[in-house]
Amino acid sequence: MAVTDRVITPPAGRSPNAGNDGKNVRRLALSRRVSKWDVKLSPYLYISPFFLLFAVTGLFPLAYSAWVSLHNWNLIGGQGKFAGLDNYAFVVAQPYFWNAVGNTFSIFVLSSVPQVFLALVIAAVLDANLRARTFWRMGVLVPFVVAPVAVGLIFNNLFADQFGLINEMLKAVGLDPVRWHSDSLASHAAIATMVNFRWTGYNALIFLAAMQAIPRDVFEAATIDGAGRLRQFFSVTVPMLRPTAIFVVITSTIGGLQIFDEPRVFDQSGLGGADRQWQTLTMYIWELGWGQRNFGRASAVAWLLFLIIVLIALLNFVITKRIASQGGRK
Amino acid sequence: MSSIPMIEQTAGKGAARAAARRRKGGNGRAGFGGARRPGFLTYGFLGAVLLASVFPLYWSFLVGSHDNTVLSRGIPLLPGGNFLANAAKVFDSIPFWKAMGNSLIVSGVTAASVVVFSTLAGFAFAKLRFRGNKALLVFVIATMAVPTQLGVVPLFIVMSKLGWTGSLWAVIIPGLVTAFGVFWMTQYLRDALPDELIEAVRMDGASMIQAFWHVGFPAARPAAAMLALFTFVATWTNFFWPFIVLDPSNPTLPVALQLLQAAHFVDYSVVLAGAVLATVPLLLLFIAAGRQLVSGIMQGAVKG
Repeated sequence: MAVTDRVITPPAGRSPNAGNDGKNVRRLALSRRVSKWDVKLSPYLYISPFFLLFAVTGLFPLAYSAWVSLHNWNLIGGQGKFAGLDNYAFVVAQPYFWNAVGNTFSIFVLSSVPQVFLALVIAAVLDANLRARTFWRMGVLVPFVVAPVAVGLIFNNLFADQFGLINEMLKAVGLDPVRWHSDSLASHAAIATMVNFRWTGYNALIFLAAMQAIPRDVFEAATIDGAGRLRQFFSVTVPMLRPTAIFVVITSTIGGLQIFDEPRVFDQSGLGGADRQWQTLTMYIWELGWGQRNFGRASAVAWLLFLIIVLIALLNFVITKRIASQGGRK
Repeated sequence: MSSIPMIEQTAGKGAARAAARRRKGGNGRAGFGGARRPGFLTYGFLGAVLLASVFPLYWSFLVGSHDNTVLSRGIPLLPGGNFLANAAKVFDSIPFWKAMGNSLIVSGVTAASVVVFSTLAGFAFAKLRFRGNKALLVFVIATMAVPTQLGVVPLFIVMSKLGWTGSLWAVIIPGLVTAFGVFWMTQYLRDALPDELIEAVRMDGASMIQAFWHVGFPAARPAAAMLALFTFVATWTNFFWPFIVLDPSNPTLPVALQLLQAAHFVDYSVVLAGAVLATVPLLLLFIAAGRQLVSGIMQGAVKG
């Protein structure tokens, strides 16, 4: 800035220079208008990448999937004649469909029920005044970073009918070996074990977080009332975890009913055993769509699966709510 | 969607309070184990849980380091010297390194994109006022309940019409945004970024995008790191869609592992060596950043 300047130069672009008044007023008005539009438009601009991409890769496929399910549709030939509900009728009449429904439910119940209880117990123990807390928390989360396919391969070996570690251990204690790859229920138990391996620690951390958010004075009050530690756990901790329990149960329902990876690699063919003892609904969708190349029927099963998930999630919601609130009243 | 609990309270507060109690020697109740330092039973139980978490991985290394006759000779206790030979068979029978590269690309691009778009949208949902804000957010959350299976057939039709089946684009594009990411960032920014801060930079003449860049994005960093980790792990371990849309010659790691099993069904030493090789990168990531993943999961749990 030159010393000879008569007018004190204002800080960049703020107050108007003599003779430049009109221009600056206009510029100010313009920038205000720009700013107004900035405020109005920006939010939409910021959410639009999500919604644009989501419309293309999420919403459109949903609508399109309903369309496909109402047509004859072939992997090679593409869209065929309008079929109405024929695909649904065909699928529902298939024993394989109901077999897959049964298997999916069986695996789901065998995995989610013990998982939620075990997660609750682990969380309670992790909530203790531990040394090396982070170490234990990280330890229970290790399985979460192992891909389900890898989990499937490893447990496929552990549950091998011949020379599998589990069967060798059963033999060592004098029990009969289990035919994990041919008995229906046994295969479901093995697959449920894989799911539990991967998700129990994760859910335990979610429960742990909720436990730590419970105000500590509630426990102090319970102690004064003479409640022991176990009593506190069942009468205070568990009821207060209700929202989290609902969350865990619903997410594990949504995930559990979609199970594919672990049963897919439990044998070589991918159809769920010689007699489809462990074929799940998602495996059935895969078989219809990419095995038999019938996209119409595959889409129909996908929609039926969606309906089942919604129904079970609602049912879970109601039941969990009731159980938890009864626990609270005791 | 009311089915997802939203406790408007941070996990941090509860944890911090509990931690403070613990440091004081624990006058209050510091958990199920009581205020006292927990005893042998607690650590024994946790040790057993830890063993169950880690043992299957050790087992796959154990079997992967012997030849395939080892199990018929009895249960091995110590690793053998055959791991490299098995690994060589893995590299011979599947495009392992290509799969590793593909997994890195797909997971890296997906994680970066999810973080950027989720933070942008989360900033708008949490901090900006606009028509339809609440309704749109509820819509985003509701879509989280829709199973992937529903979109798989039409996505496949679209991808094959575009000629993208077999290419990584087919895996990357559908993963670029997630409803979970938007929900996660919205929840976080709502608490972590004070409105006054945005107002202040706006008064100083910052445009909206500058406000986002200078205030919003920095405030979102801890949650963004967690979201990146989470998305990376989820994408890395994802199987169903890549399995459907990718070619055997151009797989991601889980798809390659499945191929390996198809090729070596009876030679489980090779298959399990492959499982070990595919898991090691994520284990390293977990050792480096697992602390953050743990605290992120715990924070997200209480918020939603």
